[in-house]
Amino acid sequence: MKATSAPFVRREMLAPAAPPITEAGAVKWLRENLFSSPLNVILTVLGVGAVVYLVSHIAPWMLRGVWNAGSLSECRQIIEARYGEGVTGACWALIRERWPQYLFGFYPSELYWRPVLAFVLMLVAIAPVLFDALPRKMLWFALVYPAIGFWLLWGGSVWVPVMALAGFGVGYGAAKIVQPIAGAILGGIAAVLAPVLWWLFLSGPAAETLQSVLPIALQEVRSREFGGFILAFTIGFTGIAFSLPLGVLLALGRQSDMFIVNKLSVGFIEFIRGVPLITLLFTASLLLNYFLPPGTDFDIILRVIIMVVLFAAAYIAEVVRGGLAALPRGQYEAADALGLDYIKAQRLIIMPQALKISIPGIVSTFIGLFKDTTLVVFVGLLDPLKGITDAVRASTDWKGVYWEPYIFVGAIFFIICFGMSRYSMYLENKLKTDHR
Amino acid sequence: MKQSVFLGTLAATTLLAGAALAQGTSTLDTVKARGELNCGVNTGLVGFAAPDANGNWQGFDVAICKAVAAAVLGDASKVVYIPTTSSDRFEQLTSGKIDLLARNTTWTFSRDTDLRMDFVGVNYYDGQGFMVRKDLGVSSAKELNGATICIQTGTTTELNLADYFKANNMTYTAVPIETNAEGEQQYLAGACDAYTTDASGLAATRAAFADPENHIILPEIVSKEPLGPSVRHGDNAWADIVGWTLNALVAAEEYGITSTNIDELATSSQNPEVQRLLGTSGELGKMIGLEPNWAMNAIKAGGNYGEIFAATIGESTPIGLARGLNAQWTQGGLLYAPPFR
Repeated sequence: MKATSAPFVRREMLAPAAPPITEAGAVKWLRENLFSSPLNVILTVLGVGAVVYLVSHIAPWMLRGVWNAGSLSECRQIIEARYGEGVTGACWALIRERWPQYLFGFYPSELYWRPVLAFVLMLVAIAPVLFDALPRKMLWFALVYPAIGFWLLWGGSVWVPVMALAGFGVGYGAAKIVQPIAGAILGGIAAVLAPVLWWLFLSGPAAETLQSVLPIALQEVRSREFGGFILAFTIGFTGIAFSLPLGVLLALGRQSDMFIVNKLSVGFIEFIRGVPLITLLFTASLLLNYFLPPGTDFDIILRVIIMVVLFAAAYIAEVVRGGLAALPRGQYEAADALGLDYIKAQRLIIMPQALKISIPGIVSTFIGLFKDTTLVVFVGLLDPLKGITDAVRASTDWKGVYWEPYIFVGAIFFIICFGMSRYSMYLENKLKTDHR
Repeated sequence: MKQSVFLGTLAATTLLAGAALAQGTSTLDTVKARGELNCGVNTGLVGFAAPDANGNWQGFDVAICKAVAAAVLGDASKVVYIPTTSSDRFEQLTSGKIDLLARNTTWTFSRDTDLRMDFVGVNYYDGQGFMVRKDLGVSSAKELNGATICIQTGTTTELNLADYFKANNMTYTAVPIETNAEGEQQYLAGACDAYTTDASGLAATRAAFADPENHIILPEIVSKEPLGPSVRHGDNAWADIVGWTLNALVAAEEYGITSTNIDELATSSQNPEVQRLLGTSGELGKMIGLEPNWAMNAIKAGGNYGEIFAATIGESTPIGLARGLNAQWTQGGLLYAPPFR
């Protein structure tokens, strides 16, 4: 008997069907990420509602903004003419008119090229520090940049910064001469003492003599004329550049077994961290005047920079100490087992690892430092956020403007701080050696 | 050896200098030697002190700095403007960073004595007032019982407000604010029913509103706020110079000396007081330690008191303040310069 019917076997493949609509594409993503449970549905709706509310209130105001006007009342007239009675809008014309003042403060306008050049050179100087793909020889430029930057910003005789730099040469020379005669320790002392004596007593007269022989000078600009972002950058970047090495030294001092070094470091760190920055700034600006002889012209920006460096260094020291503490004990022992001396062990084994761990903390300290530069308004310097803004608002043309300058200055601060934050993430990724 | 000599010299100089400061170094000599006047001004107050787009300071208080610089140094542009805040202005003066404070500062007993300052005169008679929204339906400060009031901290206005409400047996809730701009914003946002500050400030603030017609300044003036330039206590010669420069500006208006006719009057005026003031007769300049034409320079810097007022805060400016108490005594005001003789 012949089988009348074979069991059914499909001969041709079914065309692949699209996955159910709830399991693919945007819908799936939405279901999984935004509407996965009743609670999440509520939170999503509330969140979207809040964003829509904020944007719908702020965006039209910003978009209705006027860029070309001579005063606030003119801004208002233009907006009323365009959008009808009673409509409000931003008056960005203020930023447009006072843009140079926000950037340079009262820096003489014919000399604007100097801070701009200083800024560009600063980028060149920090590039090899930030990106190790660049030639290492550029680091030499980074080392002499502080003198160049100082000369460009403040002007005056070129010999003052040159002689200041020469101090390092003096220290090197002293060490070279003393070391073969009197040994390493005295050589080290000479290397520190000679430049200090040079800076205190000789560099000034030497600069004057050279200036009279070969006068090269830029027009002098005084600290009072600094303001706005040039001030924030000067204080912020100098603070960042100098507080890191000082902070690392303090962290090592705090870990040291040497009694005096240890106690001094602890005392310094705890004192500085226990006192608000504003107190230190007031001390720098006002209290010092009572102790210094009258007529002493100790530059106000220099004082502020010193205080900011000390302040940030104390915080960096604690961040780095955290990094040091996080290193396994075995790393220290390995360094000892290799027979490395203290400096080599720190340089080759401990610090690279400790600093890598500390990157996020160090960068947030830097970001904090940069934002804290606005506090100089309390010692009468014109910071961009409040100093310049108050000055601008006090003109009869712009009185009554409130949010626009804050938004503008805030945006610039955000760009810079966000940049720093992204760089720290890039660095963390690049240095990641573990296999998590 | 050399180093110890240096350190010894340094220590000695410091001591001497310190002692000299304690006894009062001549501010006049310091200013002349420096060639510039360090003048403390407001960080920004409409009409009184504000930098323009090019960074040149303008305003009613700034004009005092210019006049003093012109009187002492012969050049009104030789001024270093040092912005001071309401919290650090006195320190700046006593620590010697500024030679003169021209920053809408109220002359009070404790500031003059306890804070070791010397007020040398009054350049603007102000008084504290209140601004409210029209739809609040208030027409007198006496009706403000229970109101929330925006008030700048650390100023005399704060104390006046407390005194006034206590005297009238009323209560209020204070909304503390730091700056005038913040106060405006709080007031406009409805955080407070009334905003109180000096009447000149209220007028300027109201003028900058989008809808000034919806706000009224109440008629009561609850305090006396004589604003004037001040100098460090103890240097009477310097105080004389600043005080009499201000007097010269006031007297110039009284005698009709303006920046336009001053050169003509200097040669042609028969009025002996004008002659003495402008240095064409008498030796007033020598008595005060300045050049004979000191007052002439001061008046040329920005004009007489009336011209300065009109150019910076007067009725033709957006601030639009009337002379009121600040008119000459002959016009029913309080300005009364002592005789130049």
